[in-house]
Amino acid sequence: MTGTEKIRFERVTKTFTVRDTKQKGVMQEFTAVKDLSFTVKEGEFLTLVGPSGCGKSTLLDLLGGLSMPTRGRILIDGEKITGPGLDRGIVFQQYALFPWKTARGNIEFGLEAKGVPKQERRERAEHFLALVGLSHFADRYPHELSGGMKQRVAIARSLAFNPDVLLMDEPFAALDAQTRESLQSELLRIWEKTKKTIIFITHGIDEAVYLGERVVVLTPGPGTVKTIVDIPLKSRLEDADIRSHSDFVKARHEVWSLLHEHEYQGAHI
Amino acid sequence: METIKSIQSAVEPRKPKLFVFSSLQKVFKQSIVLVALFLLWEIAPRIGLVDQAFFPKFSSVVVSWWNMVISGELFAHFMASITRSVSGFALALLIAIPLGLMIGWYPLARELLNPVLELFRNTAALALLPVFMLLLGIGETSKVAIVLFACTWPVLLNTIAAVGNVDPLLIKSARSMNISSYQLFLKVILPASVPTIFTGIRMAGTGAILVLIAAEMVGAKEGLGYLITYSQYNFQIPEMYAGILTIALLGLLINQGLSMLERKFSKWKQPVNS
Repeated sequence: MTGTEKIRFERVTKTFTVRDTKQKGVMQEFTAVKDLSFTVKEGEFLTLVGPSGCGKSTLLDLLGGLSMPTRGRILIDGEKITGPGLDRGIVFQQYALFPWKTARGNIEFGLEAKGVPKQERRERAEHFLALVGLSHFADRYPHELSGGMKQRVAIARSLAFNPDVLLMDEPFAALDAQTRESLQSELLRIWEKTKKTIIFITHGIDEAVYLGERVVVLTPGPGTVKTIVDIPLKSRLEDADIRSHSDFVKARHEVWSLLHEHEYQGAHI
Repeated sequence: METIKSIQSAVEPRKPKLFVFSSLQKVFKQSIVLVALFLLWEIAPRIGLVDQAFFPKFSSVVVSWWNMVISGELFAHFMASITRSVSGFALALLIAIPLGLMIGWYPLARELLNPVLELFRNTAALALLPVFMLLLGIGETSKVAIVLFACTWPVLLNTIAAVGNVDPLLIKSARSMNISSYQLFLKVILPASVPTIFTGIRMAGTGAILVLIAAEMVGAKEGLGYLITYSQYNFQIPEMYAGILTIALLGLLINQGLSMLERKFSKWKQPVNS
């Protein structure tokens, strides 16, 4: 961790025009995220946690360059994001693998678009299949793979074109608890190996605390940053059951309280 | 690693036991009703349930079918029909697939052409047969043209729908990899559309035969449709049935061929019953 700034959100606001549900034919402004400001350091593992409706997916689209902020700006390496780029890889919750391509074909897809020669594509695909433990499944189609395996392929695909930043949108939400846990530790292992900057969006508090060096707590309606919590855990992978460690429990409780303050306010009415 | 191993063993195909027996059973299941039907066809005229003159027994239909095969008469009609249907069908694919891709890809084209498409898709091709014959005569051109017309709509409409229904997440995923619109079309939209386009192609295949036979019945000098009406006029009833059987076989052949192609092109698709 060099501590250099990698990504900076500067008072980012995104509004959409949506259909008014009460009045027919009337359009309405909807603010998904408002005045978001935070920074991500190079090589950092940052998790964003928040309830549904706090603009998590909007945030990811903005970072991926798939949509532009209404106000404010997002800088990556000091430059404004103007569109999608191979310096950022996205991993989606629903895998988003191309069903007509094999695991290998999917991993090669981004490389193909980038114009990497065939031989090198092949080698890189092999390398990343091995990294996610799927060397034996290279020629399987997505429908022949389990959910966990599909997500491994999706991670390998995003890593294959060597982005600086990995954006992950609730990647493990659709998996069963056991697969999720094993993929979480695998992701940490990959992170240590590849030294990528990872921005990981989740609604799971445990997941956010377990993975993130810092946890950005978001509140809904419209989405804003409530607090950023530092997680003091050091040896996530060495500790067999870090989740019962007192530091983990404390950090988890802190995030939990921050997320639930909102609810209690509501309960008093 | 534990999980990977267990997954691996789970996807390993099980060794088929009693393979011969189970495949025999399958053949039996698939053919038993068909055999019973042919038996009924043989017996009913023999015992006088139906008039042999209008409904000859299966064996005499097969005999006259075989005689026509040997004389080469059937082959000539068969070739005439298949040439017409294949030409019309192929032309329809050549026109409808690129056109459908274009209309599906450009929203403006879709908006402009939608009313016209709606009108034409709901016009029964056979209703236009007199028009085709007036304009193009009773030669080959009018037959090929009506097959072309009938095949175009299912393929065109399915292709437009296919392009419009590509999973937006796949498009988003591809776009996040910063690929050009051209590459997006070629590498995502096109392959994702193949199964739906093929549904249209199969519909067109069935339609091609149907429309052609009807057209041949009305105005032609050869072809399977002509064979049937001609035999009927001349009271060659077994020959008429032989012609009908041949059409059924032809339809089956085309459908099987297209299914095979479809499987080849969409082997990545999850089987519906799995």
